[in-house]
Amino acid sequence: MYIGLLQIYFIVPWLASCFRQSGARVVVSARTYADFTPQATFDIKKCDLHKLEEGPPLQAMLSREEGLQYYRTMQTMRRMELKADQLYKQKIIRGFCHLYDGQEACAVGIEAGINLSDHLITAYRAHAYTLTRGGTVREIMAELTGRRGGIAKGKGGSMHMYTKNFYGGNGIVGAQVPLGAGVALACKYLGKNELCVCLYGDGAANQGQIFETYNMASLWKLPCIFICENNKYGMGTSVERAAASTDYYKRGDFIPGLRVDGMDILCVREATKFAAEHCRSGKGPILMELQTYRYHGHSMSDPGVSYRTREEIQEVRSKSDPISMLKDRMLSNNMASVEELKEIDVEVRKEIEDAAQFATTDPEPPLDDLCNHIFYNNPPMEVRGTNPWTKLKSVS
Amino acid sequence: MASLRCFLRSGKNAVSAVLRREFHRTSPAAVQVTVRDALNQAMDEELERDERVFLLGEEVAQYDGAYKISRGLWKKYGDKRIIDTPITEVRMMINLSKNHLRMFLIAGLRPICEFMTFNFSMQAIDQVINSAAKTYYMSAGLQPVPIVFRGPNGASAGVAAQHSQCFAAWYSHCPGLKVVSPWSAEDAKGLLKSAIRDDNPVVFLENELMYGVPFEMSEEAQSKDFIIPIGKAKIERQGNHVTLVSHSRMVSLCLDAAAVLAKEGIECEVINMRTIRPLDAEAIETSIMKTNHLITVEGGWPQFGVGAEILGRIMEGPAFNYLDAPAVRVTGVDIPMPYAKILEDNSIPQIKDIIFSVKKTLNV
Repeated sequence: MYIGLLQIYFIVPWLASCFRQSGARVVVSARTYADFTPQATFDIKKCDLHKLEEGPPLQAMLSREEGLQYYRTMQTMRRMELKADQLYKQKIIRGFCHLYDGQEACAVGIEAGINLSDHLITAYRAHAYTLTRGGTVREIMAELTGRRGGIAKGKGGSMHMYTKNFYGGNGIVGAQVPLGAGVALACKYLGKNELCVCLYGDGAANQGQIFETYNMASLWKLPCIFICENNKYGMGTSVERAAASTDYYKRGDFIPGLRVDGMDILCVREATKFAAEHCRSGKGPILMELQTYRYHGHSMSDPGVSYRTREEIQEVRSKSDPISMLKDRMLSNNMASVEELKEIDVEVRKEIEDAAQFATTDPEPPLDDLCNHIFYNNPPMEVRGTNPWTKLKSVS
Repeated sequence: MASLRCFLRSGKNAVSAVLRREFHRTSPAAVQVTVRDALNQAMDEELERDERVFLLGEEVAQYDGAYKISRGLWKKYGDKRIIDTPITEVRMMINLSKNHLRMFLIAGLRPICEFMTFNFSMQAIDQVINSAAKTYYMSAGLQPVPIVFRGPNGASAGVAAQHSQCFAAWYSHCPGLKVVSPWSAEDAKGLLKSAIRDDNPVVFLENELMYGVPFEMSEEAQSKDFIIPIGKAKIERQGNHVTLVSHSRMVSLCLDAAAVLAKEGIECEVINMRTIRPLDAEAIETSIMKTNHLITVEGGWPQFGVGAEILGRIMEGPAFNYLDAPAVRVTGVDIPMPYAKILEDNSIPQIKDIIFSVKKTLNV
């Protein structure tokens, strides 16, 4: 055992630094994979149920590979959002910027419970979902800085990022929910056993169009998982001041619902798997409320402390941080080593730095692109400029 | 000498334009007031004056307003007069039922309804048009609707397609509504007070980029009874060669363009519309009869826009015969608003576009 320690604290880091200088990837852990626990089972919180006989399992299995992947993805999201914060303060990102840090377990857990061939739509706090749905950090950051390498070629910005089977990124509160049901309708119509995950926040949960959507999705048994990300505040208004009922998982009324611990990625994953199974078996929509928290204010123009205390934010950070929770679980069950996770941190930091570098040096979109993408599959047309003598070109 | 500084949040350099107007002299009691503070003052004074006036909207109370327009009002007037609503634009419906309850009484409530931006008003536009605008007509005079819808309208800086639309044309299309679009701090204060006192539904289009811009406010404007009548335009700058008609933030651009053109001997007359509906066509006609050239400048899209209406009216009216050249519209580009700065900058009129259009119209 002492020799092992010697290896870890002296020899291996030295070896690692040798290799790192040459740029090669190094497995820092001196111990072989055989020394790690390949899989462990964890108890997870029981979900409150609404109109359901039984809920997701009370235990979740996590393999080492899964754990490391979840850790890497959540850490990437965290660092990406923090980098966006930095770039916004330097005025390199403009306009609106709604950050997701604190809520990582939701995005990663949901994706772990569905397939990439399923569909997802959310509101404006969407950078993390753009990542889980196939976007790269480079494309996301370049979109935030408004460059031609951005995922929407610089034309969308923070709130309007799209990938295959990911329909944004929507700026109008609640408007994405009917759209999500529409996607679910298409899934049912095309019969490909796909479903649509339709996200909204506690603020949007009071929008009338959401209740209209519940009705239609239920009536037509659409394969739609409605997910309310309840981070306790709709901009500056706490849930108690906005909603007559804060049991968001019950507000689907005739739609079965579950309330899930949104800070625990395993809880989110198991609940999502359960919900997906429900939809795919033709039982119709289901509603999940994820209880989560955002560390930042509503957006970069909101300090986030006029309507909640710093103590509250600090408490969540220290007791319920999703990344810390996963890390503790893995370490205490010998599923990974501290160095290994640190190595991931270093790699993530590098990836973010590279992406930020790209995002700040990539050129802005060309002016030729100004009027493109008005119509699809349309012959080229002319678009009026700012005055009658300026005619601009538009292609599909 | 009145001086004006325009700070554009999009990062452009601050442009100083000194106006050579003579009809407004700096009096010792004039102060610099931002548009934001002017709006705040207007609401404060009207809340104080009339108990039936109240404000509701998202984050207007405890948060002090998403854009801080209602700062301090909740502290002063409390929960009853300043109401935070959930994110449900159809709260219009609640306002209107309050009015309906008072059908036969003299006193009816007078809500000020804040939209965080007018883009969100589309969620409630059915209520604005079908319940607010048309009710007095449908009831043949029985049920007035004294409500003000206010909030930022039009392009901001980097807020992309869903948050940058100008709704002036949409609302002005509808009879039964009054549509006001202030530019300066005096406009903001005087017109908001008028709007609140008006017994009809008024759509009050502010502009986020103008909120922080300071303007000189005369002593008269600082008084609690200062109102600007709805439906009357103002000539911000006298000129002989061409009439520039504009509203809201574009007035600043027109004045800047006028300053540049003046150096080349072209004197522009700049008209600040102040009200879109009812349109002060007479002011525009009188000006055209003097200058013989017309250019309208707006941030919104060209098709069926404010400029299109003005040109139509002029064509149909007496001023047509005074035009020496076709009247022209300078507008936003006919595309959804892109995010990237270079694209956004090229999507809305710039000073150079106005100058270019003036020279083309004057054939110089």
